[in-house]
Amino acid sequence: MNNKIIFSIAFFLSMGSIALANEDLTSAHVLFTVNNIWILVSAFLVFIMHLGFAALESGLTQAKNTVNILFKNVSIVAIGILTYALCGFNIMYPGEFNGFLGFSGWGIASPPGNAGLIDYANGAYTYFTDFIFQAMFAATAATIVSGAVAERIKLSSFLIFSTLYVAFIYPVTGSWKWGGGWLDQMGFYDFAGSTLVHSVGGWAALVGAYLLGPRLGKYGKNGYMKPILGHNMPLASIGVFLLWFGWYGFNGGSVLSADPGSISLVFVTTTLSAAAGVIGAMITSWFMSKKPDLSMILNGSLAGLVGITAGADVISPISSVIVGFVSGIIVVLSVIQLDKLKIDDPVGAISVHLVCGIWGTLAVGLFTEVSTVMIQCKGIIICGIFCFISATIIFLSIKGMLGLRVSEEEEILGLDIGEHDMESYAGFQIFTVE
Amino acid sequence: MKLIIAVIQPEELPAIKEELLKREIYKFTVSNAKGQGKEIPVQEVYRGISYEISLLKKVRLEIAVNNKYVDAVIEAITTVAKKDGDKGRGKIFILPIEECIRIRTGETGSDAIG
Repeated sequence: MNNKIIFSIAFFLSMGSIALANEDLTSAHVLFTVNNIWILVSAFLVFIMHLGFAALESGLTQAKNTVNILFKNVSIVAIGILTYALCGFNIMYPGEFNGFLGFSGWGIASPPGNAGLIDYANGAYTYFTDFIFQAMFAATAATIVSGAVAERIKLSSFLIFSTLYVAFIYPVTGSWKWGGGWLDQMGFYDFAGSTLVHSVGGWAALVGAYLLGPRLGKYGKNGYMKPILGHNMPLASIGVFLLWFGWYGFNGGSVLSADPGSISLVFVTTTLSAAAGVIGAMITSWFMSKKPDLSMILNGSLAGLVGITAGADVISPISSVIVGFVSGIIVVLSVIQLDKLKIDDPVGAISVHLVCGIWGTLAVGLFTEVSTVMIQCKGIIICGIFCFISATIIFLSIKGMLGLRVSEEEEILGLDIGEHDMESYAGFQIFTVE
Repeated sequence: MKLIIAVIQPEELPAIKEELLKREIYKFTVSNAKGQGKEIPVQEVYRGISYEISLLKKVRLEIAVNNKYVDAVIEAITTVAKKDGDKGRGKIFILPIEECIRIRTGETGSDAIG
């Protein structure tokens, strides 16, 4: 009876797979197939996060810059995946290396036969599954920057920055931990990338937003602030739900197998933290602004998700609620504080990804035994310094060669017309008299 | 023939429309407008920053009528709009009309308005 069930599951799962020719059908193969399918499903889920980012960033910015935001979001996915295939994957996972910088050659090629299939990761996934899942992650790190620098950065400068950052900086810090490098040896723990993905993107977002300066009209003469409203809250909400949805792949897939115990725990901690993030942000924004702000609870759920990402597989459900709740509080405080520091981040990317990424990484040291606060701190600081310096160098070099910011006239007219000669809502009349 | 232009609060439009129909005034134009009056500016908050909106949403009514209907129009608007005495109830302007032509038939003057 049992064999029959295994056989029929295997039959359905194995159609078309050479590894599962009938003669070598074993439970190891069945497990391999199930594992592999789960990681591929996770890769699709992470892919859909890019739609989430595109919707969220469009919704929280002005209508006149929508084509530009969408253009950036689409091209980054392409750039991130292509550069990852070209060199990123082999910088991040160079095999045996000195722990600081390794490179195992250009391009991707699966080891022949079973070495690239069932033997590649002890029956967890194939070489190509490994690549495609990691490639989706790489593109995420670059997309984070896009929101923070929105509505004023030159398209060409942004594309050059993203290409360099995602091709070289992201995989180098990735190799330090996930590639088995020196942070990994030190005992630093980052399950799915609170630091390695979100903070890496967040540092670049901070440097970019600072070097660009605030959008025109955000700060008046006497230092008083005038908010620049996002033009489509329904779109922003759709984006957040898509990101939350995709996060089940981001964290769930990072288990790197279909281990039922581990995946179900990750789903629970991820969900609880996101929910607690919403509540934390709701209470904080209600208290700070007298009225609850939708855009803040949208940021709150993402804050909870970023916060739990470092320890989703080791943290207990009750601790995950605390991690998420605190994330929700600090994201609101951070948004308000950055505005006061005149670092203009239209979508709250720095607060969500950098600040909550740091908090989430620390939380692993606070709430679990897998690492200590000290080691987590070291990892955060090391990655932070490296990303901050490299983002600064890249941005300043681009500034020297091409300039970073569009002209004042273009910014007032909108980047849709300025950069693309195109409107986002042709035929709609948008009332802009203020 | 008079052209009556009234700037009113948007929420009063349905009631004013009803009053106009009651007085057999069936033809008018409505457009969205923004304006600044003496009312207290509205405070809104976005991402923790509060700000003042001084240009508020209004509705602009345009009604062309024969002279004997002018009082009825004013009455229709003021019965609704003056009720609570708050500032910002809007204004009514009355202008003479030089000529009026119905495009379909070519009728002119008072016949064209009615």
